[in-house]
This record gives sequence, C-alpha cells and structure tokens, in this order.
Amino acid sequence: MEQTIRFRLNNRDTELVTDPNQLLLWVLRNHFGLTGTKFGCGIGFCGACTVLIDNEAVRSCTLPVSEVAGKSVVTIEGLETEGKLHPVQQAFIDHDAMQCGYCTPGMILTAVAFLGKNPTPTRDEIITGMEDNLCRCGAHMHIIDAIEDAGKVMKGGK
Amino acid sequence: MKKRENTARETNVTAGGMKRRSFVRILGGGIVLFFQPWGALDLLALPAEQQRTLTKDYNAFLHIAEDGTVTCFTGKIEMGQGIITSLAMMMADELNVPLEKVKMVLGDTDLCPYDMGTWGSLTTRAFGPAMRAAAAEARAVLTEMASAKLGVSVSQLEVRDGIITDVRNPSKSVSYAELAKGKKLEKYLDVKPTVEDYKKFTYVGTSYKHSDAYDKVTGKAKYAGDLKLPGMLFARILRPPSHGAKLVSADVTGAEKIEGVQVVRDGDFIAVLSESRDKVDLAIIQVIDQYSFDEMQISDKTLFDYMNKGIYRTNVIASSGDPEAAAVKCDKVFENEYHDPYLAHTAIETHSALARFEGDKLTVWASTQTPFGLQDGLVRELGLTRENVRVITPFLGGGFGGKAAYNQGIEAAKLAKMTGKPVMVVWTRDEEFFYDTFHPAGIVKIKSAIDSKGLIKAWDYNVYLSGTRGSETIYNVPDAKTTSHSEDRSKYRVHPFGTGAWRAPNNNFNTFARETQIDIMAAAAGIDPLEFRLMNLTDEKMKACLKTAAEKFGYVAGKGPSGRGIGIACGTDAGTWVAEIAEVKVTRSTGKVRIMRVVAVQDMGLCVNPQGARIQMEGCVTMALGYTLTEEVRFDGGDIHDRNFDTYDIPRFSWLPKIECYIMDRKDQAPQGGGEPAIIAVGAAVGNAIFDGTGARLFMMPFTPARVLEAINKVKE
Repeated sequence: MEQTIRFRLNNRDTELVTDPNQLLLWVLRNHFGLTGTKFGCGIGFCGACTVLIDNEAVRSCTLPVSEVAGKSVVTIEGLETEGKLHPVQQAFIDHDAMQCGYCTPGMILTAVAFLGKNPTPTRDEIITGMEDNLCRCGAHMHIIDAIEDAGKVMKGGK
Repeated sequence: MKKRENTARETNVTAGGMKRRSFVRILGGGIVLFFQPWGALDLLALPAEQQRTLTKDYNAFLHIAEDGTVTCFTGKIEMGQGIITSLAMMMADELNVPLEKVKMVLGDTDLCPYDMGTWGSLTTRAFGPAMRAAAAEARAVLTEMASAKLGVSVSQLEVRDGIITDVRNPSKSVSYAELAKGKKLEKYLDVKPTVEDYKKFTYVGTSYKHSDAYDKVTGKAKYAGDLKLPGMLFARILRPPSHGAKLVSADVTGAEKIEGVQVVRDGDFIAVLSESRDKVDLAIIQVIDQYSFDEMQISDKTLFDYMNKGIYRTNVIASSGDPEAAAVKCDKVFENEYHDPYLAHTAIETHSALARFEGDKLTVWASTQTPFGLQDGLVRELGLTRENVRVITPFLGGGFGGKAAYNQGIEAAKLAKMTGKPVMVVWTRDEEFFYDTFHPAGIVKIKSAIDSKGLIKAWDYNVYLSGTRGSETIYNVPDAKTTSHSEDRSKYRVHPFGTGAWRAPNNNFNTFARETQIDIMAAAAGIDPLEFRLMNLTDEKMKACLKTAAEKFGYVAGKGPSGRGIGIACGTDAGTWVAEIAEVKVTRSTGKVRIMRVVAVQDMGLCVNPQGARIQMEGCVTMALGYTLTEEVRFDGGDIHDRNFDTYDIPRFSWLPKIECYIMDRKDQAPQGGGEPAIIAVGAAVGNAIFDGTGARLFMMPFTPARVLEAINKVKE
C-alpha cells in the first residue's frame, strides 16, 4: 500500500508517494537522484550510506523511508551552503582525505554529526566517533587529520 | 559458455583498438598523435586473448584542441590510486603546458588506446614513459610548426606554458592553440622514450593533492552504480548457495506476482528485474530454488592438510648451485612451513555495471580494472563484434585486484539483451564475497642454513598454489633455489572458488615466509636482525632502505627476542624496494596484538607526486593491518561463510598505528611502482615484532589472538 511521505530533504520540503517500506537509500538514489549516498554492505556495517536525519548520522540502507516522515534529511549534496563547502568537506580536500572516494560522503556526514555533538574532540574521540565507518583504501590518517582541523575551523565560527 | 569466435574480426581494427577514421571523427580537428609501444610488459601473466592483442594494441595518445586544452587518453582507470592527477602532471611537464590545461579521459574503449588493465603498479612505470615520449614528440612537432610560421630556427625557440617564443625576440611567439587550430597532423613515433632530466620539470617531483577531491567530497563523482538511463531496470540474479551447487528447479511464480517485476530465464541464469531496486530485492527471495550439491571436501580448517597431499605442476624459477649439498656442510639448518589463508578484496563499492543496447551497439558502464578485458568478454559471451561494444569506466570505488574480474558487466549486458532495456546490476555484499576472486591460500616451505659466522649458505624455497611474486631470494646466497608448485586441475583441484590477484599478489605471503625465516636464523645465530640482513645482502638499494628505516625508527640493535616487540622486514615489489619496521604490544593473557608504530621506507626511483605516493604507502600499510591481524575467508566446501563486514573484519580507525612513510630521493632513476609495494612487508615485520616481544613464532597470518596465544603457550612449554 503506497503512502505519501513528507519530509525535508536538503533544506527543502518534499514529498513522495511510495511504498513506506522502501529503503531510504534507494529513495534518495533512485527517486531523488542523490547518488552521493552509496550502497556498500546493505546491513548498516560500512557507513557508505550514511545521511543526516535531524542532525544525527543514520545508515540509510536499513531504514524504511516512512521513518523520515516529518524529519529533516541531509545528504552529501545538501551540505554546501550558498556555494560554499561545509568546513568538513573543505578539510577533506585540504588534507587529501580520500582515495577512491566511495566511502567519503558517509565519512563526511558522520563527521559532521559527530562534530555537532562534540565540537572540541580529542584524536581518540574522533577515532571512536568514526570507528564504524569503513574505508578499504586506507585514507584513515588523513580523515582523522581533516576532522580535527574542521573542528577547529567550526569552533572558530566558520 | 559460448565459444570464442572473435579472432578473425580484428583485422578491421587499428592499433588504437578502433578505426582510425572514427577516432578522428570523435575528436574533431586538432593534432592527433599515435605512438608505438616501447617495450614488452609482463606478458606471461596475461590470459591468452590479452597477450594476443597487447603487442599490437598497447598504445596511448593525446589530443591538442583548438583552445589549447590537452586531452590525455589512457586505458587505465582511476580507483583511488591518484593517476588522474599524476598522469596529468607528467603530461603537463613533457608537453610544457599548464597543469590545469590537461584533461584526462580514462578507461573508455572507444576513445582510449588499448590497455591490458590497471594492476601491477604499472601505470607510472610502464604507461608513463610511453605517454611522456608521445608528449615530447608532440612538442617537437609543434616547435617545427612554430619555426615555419615565425620564420625562426627551431634552436632559437623556447616553449613555456604552451607558448612557443623566439628567445632573441620575445615579441615573436605562437601558442599551441594557434598552431593546432584547423590543422590535423599524424605521426608515428619509433624513438624509444628516455626519462627526461627531472630538473626541467615543473610539476613532476612536486606534491599535488587529488585533482578529483572536489567531486568526491560533494557527491558529484560518478561511479557505475550512480548512472541512470530512461527505462532502466535494476536486476537481481538467482545465485546458488555454494560453489559446486547445481540448480535442480526454480519456481518463479512468487516473484512474477509482484507488480512491476519481470522475470527472465536462460537455463540456470534467472533474474528478476524492475524499475524499483526494492522490488527486485523483494522478488529474488520469492524464488523457490532447489539444488544438487557436488562440493569439494575441503574447508578452511582442513585446507593445508588437503594441500599437502596434492600433485602439482612444478616450475623452478631460479636456481644456483646445490642448496641440499650446501646445507649438509652448515652448522645450523632450518626447515619451516608457512601457511596463508584466502583473502577477500572488499572494495566498498561492489561490482556494478549498467548495460544498454542501441540496435546492435552495446555500451556498458562498469566498475572494472579491465575495460578492454570486459570488452573482449562481451564480444565473446554475447557474440558481438568488437566495434559494436563500448565499455566506459567511471570512477571505481576501490579495486585492489578484485575488479580485474568483470562478470557483472557480462550479466548486465545479457539482461539488457534479454529485456530490450538498459539494465543495472549492482552486486550485493553477499554476492561480492561469493564471487570474489580471493587471494589464493597457499603454503611456503623453506629449508635454509647458515655457517658459523651467520652467513646464509643454503636456501631452498618452495611456494605452493598462491603465486610467485616476491618469491625470489633477495639475499646473497651462493646455493639457492626457488620452486613454484601450482594447481593442475586435471590432477588435483584445490581452490573450490575463484582466485585472483590481491594487492601485490602473494608478495605479502612470500615476504612473510622469507623474512620470518631470516628472522629465525638471525635469532639462532644470536645476531641482531638488522645486522643479520645487512651482512647477508649485497643489494645496495635494499641495504639503503633498511638503514634509512632503522635511522627513522631510531632502531637500537639487539638480538631477538629482546622483549621490546620490534620487528623488521624488507622486500621488493613492482620494481620498488621496501623496508619496514613495526613495533607491537602483545597482551600475553589474550594473545591480542596491537600494532603501535610502522616505519616504511621505499625506493621507487623518480617519485612523480610525492604526496600521492606517500598516501599510497600509508594506504598500503593500513590495508596490510587486515591481512596481518584479522582477515581470512572461512568456508566449508563451496560455501563461503564470510559474506559481509559483520564477520569479515577489515581495518578500522582504532587499529591505526603511528604510520611514518619515507621515499628515498632517487630523481635520477626511472620511476617504479607505488600502489602496492609498501603492503608487502607489514605482516612479516609484525610477526617478527611479536617474536621479539614474546619469543612466540608465528607461521601463519593473520595473527589472531587464538594463534598468538597458541604460539605463546608453545614457548612456555
């Protein structure tokens, strides 16, 4: 049975008529064309599909779209504001914090949510916060540096 | 499987893998330059069909447009190794144009010259020189054109940033763009390229960040699974539960009942398709399927016993003197057997492909390390002509050797043909594990001997089943022999599933076996393991890397086990020399190993992009933590037990040691491989560090707590 689901997507109100059990990942990618949200494992273990829901990092590959009704979803495509990269995005560029780039959107969104809660993290806290996001290329060192740096920039009032 | 029926059709195709005329048409005006291959590559490792076409088709070319934009075409692909940046740097330097003027086109079989595949750390060392030679020739051709136009001799002209100027009268100048406009020029090169003097380079040798970073942090970078075409269907394919299972029956009525789902079947090949990805995921589990099983009686627990009973194809790789006779004369003889498990590649992007037919013309967008290999496969499997098959490779979400296999592209194309619509196949993680071409498990047996001074006098090395890369003795041993024992399926089948190249194929294991054996001998001789290596090496580059690593680490000599937990290993891979020193902490009560620090030094000749090369080294060391500590595929018969990241543990943030990477300054030497070498010696260095810390010796990776505990308990006994 299809339903109308209304939510905010990348800071705009939106709605779609869909099977409410359809997974958010496929809705974002195939209905909205927001392909920055990646499929990696399908069971919430790798973090490539991470999006922000009401500022929390959530795995979209296991979440029915009905769960986001009335909430605010932000994907990697919605992180730029007025043509300006989010400090975490900029820090990933500055620190060369990616190789193949496939895990990058999930890494960035996880880091954004993490810094939202802990604006002045230690390196160990960053490591704990990012622990469940997988990167096979081994960009980890640069990712930690980038997040540390982004935290400082954000604390300084952007 | 269809028969190979394509051999006769190649005559139409020029060196670039396409008709010359169509190449020119695609690019429009401007200078077109073809060049010839400069030398033979590692042909022996290639499948027959690629050997057949390689020598004729291995070319690369570039294009200079009317606006001065330089387009560099390469059959290589970008999977995170950064060649989209480093190849552009080389092109810009050789042609002498601003880096931002260089655009890269990668992995498109219609536009790019034939390439056998992106693997073996060959892009910089093999494709690079050929591309640079072409760029140098292009510059010479353009300079001649400028000479004619300006009425100034060539020797009086200078090129800077794509502008050719009369050095005596700087007001007389002409740009590449002006020269190229409206003209077309073709030239074959037969001059063997040489490495240019690095002192003339503006970009090469300087650090540049990933040029694709912006697209990757904004989600704009497109991978195969991100593409969409009107009317496109998602597909899921019915898979057997294990390798060796044969489909007996399949009832698809449940799947067919789902609105908007189409079921297609060709023998055992059954797929469900829909415009909705969720619906195909739902439909595939509605198929009621039954199988007969004829599986091999082998599991990860019985594997090595099974292997040791086999009959193999034997090949002596290197031999000098008589190690058997030499060992008899020695004070100490060492005989050990080393084991290595199957490993999965687990790129975070699974194998993905989109296929579309337009009439007879097939286009496949695929995540593959071998766009031309997939093209050949499509020609073979679908009975098409090569001119009618185009493979385009967007960004790859990691490869590591696993995406040398391209079956998802064949599947998508078959389904596009069966349905008449564009079809997207994105393997699930379960499919990715099941159909992965695992790093093959294997055995190494070494018999070696030292004299009373600690000099290695005999070395007999036998590698079974997993590959010979890095198996040669790097030490100075007068009587030494290296023998490979590979699978002969007609006599004794071993691997129950697909196997293939994993980053630095089997060099990790060969280096682990060799460097552990070296460490065992050093300890028995009562000699510091660094000193033992240096006294047994004559290779100056290897010695220099070891000395540098020791210096950077702050290594203090001591014979093992010293209780400190410091281990050394070295080796060569892809033309590059590597030395690594690891420091570990071992919890004796649990066997848990924590890697605290890794210092890695490599000599890779001229380093094109130091920042990019260091990142590759760090990536190698980080990826190596997995094969060193946790990764091994568990299976029983043809059933793969590890099917996702819940049980197959790959490196995480908290595992990171302090990683310090150094590249030797060798600007005068030809560039070598950088994508793989630094991964080879981490396992060995960590194993030797565990011994140094605890006295426990490990003969199999990964060093799981259970294995380490068992080894520690053996020491206590």
